Amino acid sequence: MRIIRQREIVDDGWVHVATDEALPSSGDVIVPLARWQSEREELLARTTGRLGVRLPNDRPLAEIAADLPRLALVAIEFPKYRDGRGMSLARLLRQRHGFRGEIRAVGNVLRDQMAYLERCGFDAYELTPGKSLESALLAFDEIAVTYQGAIEPRSVSRLRGSAG
Amino acid sequence: MYRYDDDDKRLVRERAEQFRGQVERRIAGEITEEEFKPLRLQNGLYLQLHAYMLRIAIPYGLFSSGQMRQLAHIARTWDRGYGHFTTRQNIQFNWSKLDEVPDILDALAEVEMHAIQTSGNCIRNITTDHLGGVARDELEDPRPWCELTRQWSTFHPEFAHLPRKFKIAFTATPGLDRAAIKLHDIGVRLVQSADGDPGFEIWVGGGMGRTPIIGACIREFLPRRHLLSYLEAILRVYNLNGRRDNIFRARIKILVSSLGIERFRELVEEEWAASREDAMEFRDDEIARMQSFFAPPAYPAAGSSDELLLSYRQAEDLEFARFARNNVVLHKQPGYSAVVLSLKSFDAPAGDLSDTQMDSIANLADRFGFGEIRATHNQDLVLPDVRTSDLPELWRELQTLDVATANAGRLTDLICCPGLDFCNLANARSLPLAQEIRQRFDDLDYLDDLGPLSLKISGCINACGHHHVGNIGILGIDKKGEEFYQLMLGGSADDDASLGRVLGPAFSRDVIVGAVDRVLQTYLGLRESDDETFIEAYRRVGEAPFRDALYGQVLYANHPPA
Repeated sequence: MRIIRQREIVDDGWVHVATDEALPSSGDVIVPLARWQSEREELLARTTGRLGVRLPNDRPLAEIAADLPRLALVAIEFPKYRDGRGMSLARLLRQRHGFRGEIRAVGNVLRDQMAYLERCGFDAYELTPGKSLESALLAFDEIAVTYQGAIEPRSVSRLRGSAG
Repeated sequence: MYRYDDDDKRLVRERAEQFRGQVERRIAGEITEEEFKPLRLQNGLYLQLHAYMLRIAIPYGLFSSGQMRQLAHIARTWDRGYGHFTTRQNIQFNWSKLDEVPDILDALAEVEMHAIQTSGNCIRNITTDHLGGVARDELEDPRPWCELTRQWSTFHPEFAHLPRKFKIAFTATPGLDRAAIKLHDIGVRLVQSADGDPGFEIWVGGGMGRTPIIGACIREFLPRRHLLSYLEAILRVYNLNGRRDNIFRARIKILVSSLGIERFRELVEEEWAASREDAMEFRDDEIARMQSFFAPPAYPAAGSSDELLLSYRQAEDLEFARFARNNVVLHKQPGYSAVVLSLKSFDAPAGDLSDTQMDSIANLADRFGFGEIRATHNQDLVLPDVRTSDLPELWRELQTLDVATANAGRLTDLICCPGLDFCNLANARSLPLAQEIRQRFDDLDYLDDLGPLSLKISGCINACGHHHVGNIGILGIDKKGEEFYQLMLGGSADDDASLGRVLGPAFSRDVIVGAVDRVLQTYLGLRESDDETFIEAYRRVGEAPFRDALYGQVLYANHPPA
């Protein structure tokens, strides 16, 4: 599957494994939060492949916070692209929990929210099927000026040149 | 006023270009209308009954003569020769064409204006006291804080898709509130601590709409350097916890009232303690830099004093004297005045202004001031820096423009939503009713006798006409295809904010104005003195005398309410 990662279109090696699907013996897998919680030990016992968890956007990060060192990826769901909860979750993952792995937007992900998502800490995007990835890449640079830090906090006026 | 630097200019230019691309992709069918809707809304473009309406931000109601001329140009070039000033200190054009909107945005960018976040589920235009910086009773000018908050909220990546719209207002006058902060999602009052340190009192969870709620104080004192981190904590708690399953339960007021202010405060303080970053704190030099944009102009010696205004108020020309009493406010700078231009002087809907009026007012702002104009919550305009000795000359000029009616703060200085004439949400017309009220109560002596009184009309329960907080509020409803009007009394958006109450069944269109008259007569009959205002009298006697007058005998018998 082609996704955008770090502002590039790439072939993605991660595999989404639903709750009722057999777990592949190797390779990178993303499992739903519920499966992670119910099969945590089995998942950690895998000897090859990295682990990712797919987080519904109405669940508190506390549910995975302690496990973040074992996760290489957190996928945050966007049931509708105008549902902005995922933006706060990503900021908290980066800033409060210091998560360094991939944060991926999944679900109803569209070009015109991606610049916002990136500033909140996302670095990978599975676009809604049928949408042009090439077009979406252009979104990151549409507006170069930012007034506020997001994952890199800064005061409003510190950005402004003359305030130093 | 704040002037754009290169970054600000680039941002609005890039925004116009971005929106041009979004419109092109919409027209080409690359994005669906459902996908496009939030994009156009966040750019102030709203689909009404007949056409697109474009809402342009006037940050905290402050704009320049040059910007006013550009608005006139837009009205002439891309609209129908007029614009409409709103209750949130913005301006709207009612007849925009989708493919021309990018050109309008380019024209706005030329004069440091935009339509960013004037609609949609995001942080909207920051509003404040229309007398900010010139009010004699203010603690400090609120506008630098408004501009800092405007910049912070502009394209804030975390809060671009909130559960619902979000409005923030500032006031800076102790014991008075001309910005209705308790009816905003967040209200901020500039205060001093017991030690004299500057800071903010923060209110949260107020709002109108179909569930009107007066906000609660979440923090009595916030040191001023922490303003933005504290706002972020409130917004984050709301973004993560506000309801998204029901648009009518999605405002922060519902979250605050369902959790209770104590629990909500705990969540915010917890979030703030965990997230506040030193890097977000304002340094004193940063505050001073922003304040420098709003430093008072170099007022030339006025050659007049407060006494001159007081004498104008007793002038032999009774109409001028009335204007000086009702529409002229004492200024922080002795010898200067702030002057209210009534946009309820002529036949057009409240808040409407033609392109030629706009151009002329821009010229007056240059001639009688420093090129600044304010838009008020009451859909009027203010020239903030008029030399008091120039008032007679200015008054004559305003008369020729038909914006000199001395009704500021009086019954006919009413506000009114567009109603069923323009809006696809409305249940009833509101503009013709406002018009009839203005015609019926056009005797200025009578209006002065009634004294300060707010009348607010909404054409549906979404309450764009703020009927909940009118001393007299009117709500249009639909009963089996016929327009009816609920009458409510006792609302106030001031510091002692209160919500109006419906006293009985709704009135049909042909008797509602008579019912208003009956309320007024009742007030005049029971007030203790000429100085007791309508709201004071109402609070003293309660609703019973008014209910009896409205529903007692004659009116009811002749025109049974539905």
